[in-house]
Amino acid sequence: MNAPMPLVKKLRVATTSLAGCFGCHMSLLDIDERILKLLDLVEFDRSPLTDIKHCGPCDLGFIEGGLCNAENVHVLREFRTHCKIIVAVGACAINGGLPAQRNHLDLRDILEEVYQTEHLLGRAGIPNDPELPLPLNKVHPIHEVVKVDYFLPGCPPSADAIWKLLTDLLAGRTPSLGHGLLHYD
Amino acid sequence: MSLTFQLDGEDIAFTPGQSIMQAARAAGVYIPHLCWHPDFPAHGSCKLCTVKVNGRFGSSCTMEAQAGMNVENRTAELDDKRRTMLQMFFVEGNHFCPSCEKSGNCALQATAYELKMMSPHFDMFYPDRPVDASHPDVLLDFNRCIMCSLCVTASREVDGKNVFAMGGRGILGRRIHINSESGRLADTDFALTDRAASICPVGVILPKRRGFDVPIGKRTYDKSPISEQVKEKAP
Ligand code: SF4
Ligand code: SF4
Ligand code: FES
Repeated sequence: MNAPMPLVKKLRVATTSLAGCFGCHMSLLDIDERILKLLDLVEFDRSPLTDIKHCGPCDLGFIEGGLCNAENVHVLREFRTHCKIIVAVGACAINGGLPAQRNHLDLRDILEEVYQTEHLLGRAGIPNDPELPLPLNKVHPIHEVVKVDYFLPGCPPSADAIWKLLTDLLAGRTPSLGHGLLHYD
Repeated sequence: MSLTFQLDGEDIAFTPGQSIMQAARAAGVYIPHLCWHPDFPAHGSCKLCTVKVNGRFGSSCTMEAQAGMNVENRTAELDDKRRTMLQMFFVEGNHFCPSCEKSGNCALQATAYELKMMSPHFDMFYPDRPVDASHPDVLLDFNRCIMCSLCVTASREVDGKNVFAMGGRGILGRRIHINSESGRLADTDFALTDRAASICPVGVILPKRRGFDVPIGKRTYDKSPISEQVKEKAP
């Protein structure tokens, strides 16, 4: 008789894109057929891949993107509350990235130019629907708001770098990226 | 008999008058550094090259090698401090590598890779540092200046022009100034052929119309880490 398969508890993983472009999520999908192996080892909680709206207790939270509005901050705090390990994935989560290039401009000036004065962009007026999250004065990286356990730089980090980090974490090792995998661009 | 000192347990030969940095470099041993350049006198400002000499901290680019010295370089203690210094450089400027033309060829970035800097750690300053795009051939993006003074020295000592000067105080006040009435580079006799035009270790002084011409994978530090390149270049 065959011995019963040992029940390996899958790691529960949540992912989100805050002020990011989903490029880091695309890079995660770039691990190609390794995603089948990954699905043997993890199950996804809240993530653009599952459409679950709120994060339950998780082993791992992958955060793409920085903080550019109030909702980003709420989502980040929800992840920190429910995930044992938080990983900042990509340049925007780590230093604000491209969205933070607005930081030397006045927020009102930007909104006025985009929604009122620049004729090529439309003149509908600055949106003020109460459903819309309020923009922050400046864009911030996530480590300024919550404790971050690991950082995975890159714009985006390559599929190989993401795979290395995931397999290190799944094996209980401290993630370590060698030459070629650690890059900021 | 040749004079030697010990660097991380290895004998390094030197000639009198050489700094620890110069002797190490000649032996192909990498000591992390930013403001030091082999062609110029040491400036001693970035402190990244700090080593421990007989148990005391010292800047290896300014300290003369002495026979029998015991120098610690790539210890966990020193590299931890260096990583912290790099993190301060990154938060004090605006370093968005994905949109920087110097990326892949930048000494600050390559040094941060070498020291496995995974995040800026500190809160960002996001200082406001306007660019100077006035010159027809050269762009100045001060967002990335690390105040190494190499451009000041190169312009004064090699080009005989004195285009750049360091002035002001504090993280947000200290900066490179352009020596012209208007403060703009276009109103100096700066030229693309100047030594100062190619000296900047980071992405401040950039030739126009040449951005991103080397593909990712082929740039200087894509090939091998900065420490390996020092080893390869040793005579
Ligand atoms: S100067 Fe170097 S570290 Fe700064 S943004 Fe450019 S490549 Fe990155
Ligand atoms: S512009 Fe470049 S060379 Fe000049 S001080 Fe700044 S970093 Fe150094
Ligand atoms: S390299 Fe020695 S102080 Fe900068």
